[in-house]
Amino acid sequence: MSVVEANLGHDVHSHDEHEHHELNFWRQYIFSEDHKVIAKQYMITGIFWAIIGAAMSVIFRLQLGFPGADLSWLKPFLGDWITETGALDPNFYLALVTMHGTIMVFFVLTAGLSGTFSNFLIPLQVGARDMASGFLNMLSFWLFFVSGLLMFISIFLETGPAAGGWVIYPPLSALPQAHMGSEMGMTLWLSSMAIFIMSSLLGSLNYVTTVINLRTRGMTFTRLPLTIWAFLITAVLGIISFPVLLSAALLLIFDRHFGTSFYLSEIYINGEALPNVGGSPILFQHLFWFLGHPEVYIVLLPALGITSEVIATNARKPIFGYRAMIASIMAIAFLAFIVWAHHMFVTGMNPFLGSIFMFLTLIIAVPSAVKAFNYITTLWRGNIVFTPGMLFSIGLVSLFVSGGLTGIILGNSALDIQLHDTYFVVAHFHIVMGAASAFGFFAGIYHWYPKMFGRMLNSTLGQIHFWLTFAGVYLVFMPMHYIGIAGFPRRYYQFTSFDFGKSFTDLNMFVSIAAIFTFFAQFIFLWNFFYSMFKGKVAPQNPWNSNTLEWTTPVNVGHGNWVGEIPAVYRWPYDYSKPGSDVDFIPQNIPHSQTLESNFPHENEYIAQEKEIEAQNYNDQFASH
Amino acid sequence: MAKVEKLRIEEAPETLSMDPKKFILWGFIVTIIMLFASQTSAYLVRRAEGNWVEFEVPQIFWTSSVVLIISSIAMHWAYLAAKKDNFNTLKIAISITFVLGLAFLWMQVEGWKDLVAQNIYFVGNPSGSFFYVFTLLHGVHLVTGLIVLCVTFISAMRLKVHAKNLRRIEICTTYWHFLDILWLYLFAFLLYFR
Repeated sequence: MSVVEANLGHDVHSHDEHEHHELNFWRQYIFSEDHKVIAKQYMITGIFWAIIGAAMSVIFRLQLGFPGADLSWLKPFLGDWITETGALDPNFYLALVTMHGTIMVFFVLTAGLSGTFSNFLIPLQVGARDMASGFLNMLSFWLFFVSGLLMFISIFLETGPAAGGWVIYPPLSALPQAHMGSEMGMTLWLSSMAIFIMSSLLGSLNYVTTVINLRTRGMTFTRLPLTIWAFLITAVLGIISFPVLLSAALLLIFDRHFGTSFYLSEIYINGEALPNVGGSPILFQHLFWFLGHPEVYIVLLPALGITSEVIATNARKPIFGYRAMIASIMAIAFLAFIVWAHHMFVTGMNPFLGSIFMFLTLIIAVPSAVKAFNYITTLWRGNIVFTPGMLFSIGLVSLFVSGGLTGIILGNSALDIQLHDTYFVVAHFHIVMGAASAFGFFAGIYHWYPKMFGRMLNSTLGQIHFWLTFAGVYLVFMPMHYIGIAGFPRRYYQFTSFDFGKSFTDLNMFVSIAAIFTFFAQFIFLWNFFYSMFKGKVAPQNPWNSNTLEWTTPVNVGHGNWVGEIPAVYRWPYDYSKPGSDVDFIPQNIPHSQTLESNFPHENEYIAQEKEIEAQNYNDQFASH
Repeated sequence: MAKVEKLRIEEAPETLSMDPKKFILWGFIVTIIMLFASQTSAYLVRRAEGNWVEFEVPQIFWTSSVVLIISSIAMHWAYLAAKKDNFNTLKIAISITFVLGLAFLWMQVEGWKDLVAQNIYFVGNPSGSFFYVFTLLHGVHLVTGLIVLCVTFISAMRLKVHAKNLRRIEICTTYWHFLDILWLYLFAFLLYFR
């Protein structure tokens, strides 16, 4: 009892603001500090950006698939970016490619994916009332919003948005006179990203703190669902790597606006020598890719975590190799920091150094293979329930394997000489990072939609959406590998000036048609998403018979998540189809003393610990009430 | 109190042992460390390429370092005062820390003037530019430290900082000491890798 009192005394001052009173509209839905509302804000913003980013890709696919086609019907949208002859302005093509990359990588798959599911699931699955700091969490979303706003404004500039590729290599990005996209567009890009980095850091700090400090009674690290493990490690990656991008961007800003020479040296523009001497553009690449490579895993790991959870639940089997899964997440995260130079094999790097980075890169195949193997063995002989979430998770495993295999090819510094900056690279990372993470996003939405909105998504529409998307993604990116092997360079407006270049036209046309098809398939999802929010079937409390804590909350989760006490946790989250048990799932909050018929011998020893768990402090942030 | 703490640890081996707000501070410190780690490694990478102008580090940076160390001692004095519920000392100690922080910033600017007198400008050879960037970035972080000091001072005025509510002063102290150590690292780095 004295324990609780001691905690009460400690918490009294900091939680005065959590008085139970009705919040007004602004505090409840706009500047909310509730993690569930913030998660939905991230999700809606992410979906908004995904539509814009995908629409951009459709426009440049039109140019690639049908070079020289009359696009004057796009004039109402694009205005002067469509020339008199009905062609797409090449400058705008470059801007579209750049914006597509930036939006998809940062706004959709970093903020949209982590922001939605880390915010939503961490407190619910570890058993916390809310994030460690609701205020910082709100600040994180609104900084993201402002950064998105700046990027959005840049799209409408007369000189166009940034156009130097999403990697913004100097000197192209550092010199406003280099390209029209390097003028105001680039300035806004850098400001937007600086704010985005702050937003991302605040978010990540909150996730890590919540997972480590606010777990409920009995929720040891080896009882955390794999989603939480993935979110935790992702947040750690973000905390370590995003400041480095900020560093790179800062020096670039000094070069652009103050005339320093960090990245610039001995450049002639229009026959005139610039005063900058002594800089190194390669330095930027090192700094950028030190973030850029971990960023790939910041995007992918949450999707893998979601997949682990959805696959185990819907295969009605414990996840295969729980600890191996955690170890492989950690191994991937560790290796992520020491492989960045494989993006720079052709920068004139010492070939010996290149082979070291190649070696380290190829090691990533090991933990990745462990994950793929564990997913497949979890599915093996399971009682699989093909919910849309499950389909997207299985689809993710497929994409992870087929996209990962081309990673082994690209990781070779010798093969990279041929394949560097071709469509082979584009196909590789779109499958393994883009599509796989998007599938994780969809899997998460289909799986947790009932918890988010208290209603079910239409399952038939979900299955149609899956099959169209799955087929579409492969139809787009499989042929793209061949275009790349043949030597078609990425980021080119068109590649038909030489006769051999013309031989790519039919494959490119096919890819473009498939891309447009896939784009329109997503509207099935959008309709399902918004329609079900209001008209969907009301969800039961635990629609997928899942074990994790979020399904012990009421159907419509209120502020504070649980009514009354936060449940304690007695077991790991994967007790599916346990031998001896009548039901095929035993939630985490069921003590072993209630499941004597299905306990393994060593689990009977845990019964003695139940008293200890119950005596632990609550970690209840709202405890003072 | 100590007995209760011990009891709690024994009963709850797996759950919370650290204040979440303080944990967030440590996470924030990690991000700052990464920022400066990337800056200093960029410095080393660039320096290794040659074409590097060497210059004398102005004397005033030695003085400013000493001032910052003294401010850290004052900060610690404030912390001890808060622990003993010694409110007057607390306010005086925080004020001294604040003034010394301002003095440090002023000296950094004077240091820049000395650099300019040596013909080392922000725009020019990256060796000089890096020097300005490091001092500037540290200065910006020190300004945030001053803001934290102000907030702590105001809550000390309202008697919200006392032996039973040390969180705020602890956060403030940790952050200020960190900024101090960060500068000493940067200064030693800049002296050693000229």
